[in-house]
Amino acid sequence: MVDRAELVDAIAGFSLFADLTGPQLEGIVHMFEEAVFSDGDKVLRQGLTGSGFYVILDGEAAIVVDGTERARLGRGEFFGEVSIILGESPIADVVATRPLRCLVLAGPRVEAFLIAHPRVMWRMLQAQARRLRAANRWRS
Amino acid sequence: MAELTTLDRPFPPGEYPVVVIGSGPGALQVTASLRAVGVSSATVSADPSPGGMFRRWPHFQRLLSWTKPYAPVARGTRAYERYDWNSLLTDHPAARALQPGLMDGTSYFPSRPEMEANLAAFAERAGIAIRYGCRWTATRRVETPDGDRFEIETTDGVYRCQVLVVAVGVAEPFSPPGIGMELSHHYADVRPAEAYADRRVLIIGKQNSGFELATGLLPWARQLILVSPSRARLSVETKTLVGVRARYVQPYEDHVLGGGVSVLDAAIDRIEPAGDVQMTVHLRRTHGGPDLAIEVDDVISATGFVSPLRDLPDLGVTTFGASRLPVQTPWWESATVPGIYFAGTIGQGSKGLQKHGVPSNSGAVHGARYNARVLAGRIAQLHFGYEPDRPHLAPDTIEGFIAGELAEAPELFHQRGYLAHVLTADPEGGVRDDGVQPLAHVLDGGGPDAIAATLEADGSGAIYPVVYTRIAGRIVERAIESDPLMRFDTIDVRRAIGELAGLVMAH
Repeated sequence: MVDRAELVDAIAGFSLFADLTGPQLEGIVHMFEEAVFSDGDKVLRQGLTGSGFYVILDGEAAIVVDGTERARLGRGEFFGEVSIILGESPIADVVATRPLRCLVLAGPRVEAFLIAHPRVMWRMLQAQARRLRAANRWRS
Repeated sequence: MAELTTLDRPFPPGEYPVVVIGSGPGALQVTASLRAVGVSSATVSADPSPGGMFRRWPHFQRLLSWTKPYAPVARGTRAYERYDWNSLLTDHPAARALQPGLMDGTSYFPSRPEMEANLAAFAERAGIAIRYGCRWTATRRVETPDGDRFEIETTDGVYRCQVLVVAVGVAEPFSPPGIGMELSHHYADVRPAEAYADRRVLIIGKQNSGFELATGLLPWARQLILVSPSRARLSVETKTLVGVRARYVQPYEDHVLGGGVSVLDAAIDRIEPAGDVQMTVHLRRTHGGPDLAIEVDDVISATGFVSPLRDLPDLGVTTFGASRLPVQTPWWESATVPGIYFAGTIGQGSKGLQKHGVPSNSGAVHGARYNARVLAGRIAQLHFGYEPDRPHLAPDTIEGFIAGELAEAPELFHQRGYLAHVLTADPEGGVRDDGVQPLAHVLDGGGPDAIAATLEADGSGAIYPVVYTRIAGRIVERAIESDPLMRFDTIDVRRAIGELAGLVMAH
């Protein structure tokens, strides 16, 4: 078990939260829930509604589309935001490839959270832009 | 003093198929449910009587879980369990729906003594034997010629078992470390309300326990301040059991109407002594604004409880989160130490899907009691060769069966999006009733073609049926529009079920 002060220290190093003050980071640790998954557990399920927004604290997860692994995510990376922003079901499974520890925010709370934390929204947009650029390079 | 007999103190140390630790609602329910499927267990508890946390808490007023003495369905029926969140489950008619008969009619929330009486009456009428005054002190795993066993060391001696069920609640007071936190006292150590007369009280924590204290202290304290880093959430806003329940909202109303109660979004920087009987609490605001320094007479830490798991982490049981809950499979088994299971409120560590952010009700009696019954069946089947009935349903009965479950099954109503009723395609035609199972297992565990029905909520206030099909391993979800009168067996529902059942059986 990691206490909240250690969680604050951990997420302070994540680019997503890099612009936040100490009290704001404490607020995030308080607002998000901690979730732990064992190797092989599904975190998101392709085609099923109602998923959340996850930030990886430790471990690794695979993005799997129709049974084919497309990418891996690790510490400090996040997932689940696309389906929440678009109001659609995830288009991939996200599966723990070893013990995975995340902070999670319920889907219905994400919009208000991002609006209340515009610097996090900006950092998320940057990450999305990088992912889009990488996808375009891969296609071309 | 009379000599203790075996009747007074059942289950002397020795070897048993299952050992259950605890005597709160979780332990009572899992013990009763194990017996119902023919598994003998020894249940031991450090307490002197049944009730668990309800022997002490909540401090003020009443429970947060209601029991409606008068409901649209008859008391004691399965459907009545939707309206009675507090009675435990059994097939014995004399031990069913006990809570309403023990309430005095002044509220549909039982008082703490009424809940304790309900649990004691259940233990007595259902004939649940427990060895009280027997404290669990240590746990080991040993190899024997018959396979691995757990050894449970207690103040009465050593127990040995194949399966260990830990149902000791989330009941160990927890205060986060911090500068000056030793000047605070925990919710568990709160004095009688009148002891706070004309005092300035700062409560750390804005969840139900914090607001419960504030509600109880409203007539006594000179000033009340509630502090935590994130905003207070109210259950009537989240439309789930997440957030402060309506009964404890009065301090919040006092705050928003300027009555003098302060509800602050801030982190505690430090607490410093300020004279013999006072202290200064330094706060850093979470959502901007200058730091604050507030002089108070008392600081109460309503920062929650953790699971008293003793040495289980040393045995390899991993835990997570602020409550140090064990990481669990969908069947409430330790994800890291097979053979150790959890019943009662600890089961909330098995999160399920939490679709739309709606958690299970496993942290409350009305959710945990169904988990315990499902768990007992699982333990019996997996470890002791129990073969459950799998009644056959003819194709033309499936639609009515599922619609009936959606309309009446308390498991599906109270554990929305968490427990599901599963019908598995029978190669001989029709389906087999595989009973109530964790939805996460149904979706992720694989298996033959099946149809699973549950109720779900999305935080909008609507409760609606959702039917999942598993055909050739592929899961498809079908949500059915909610009915304004919460009728879950309408023509539309039956039509949808009929279509989906047809797909499963046609494959």
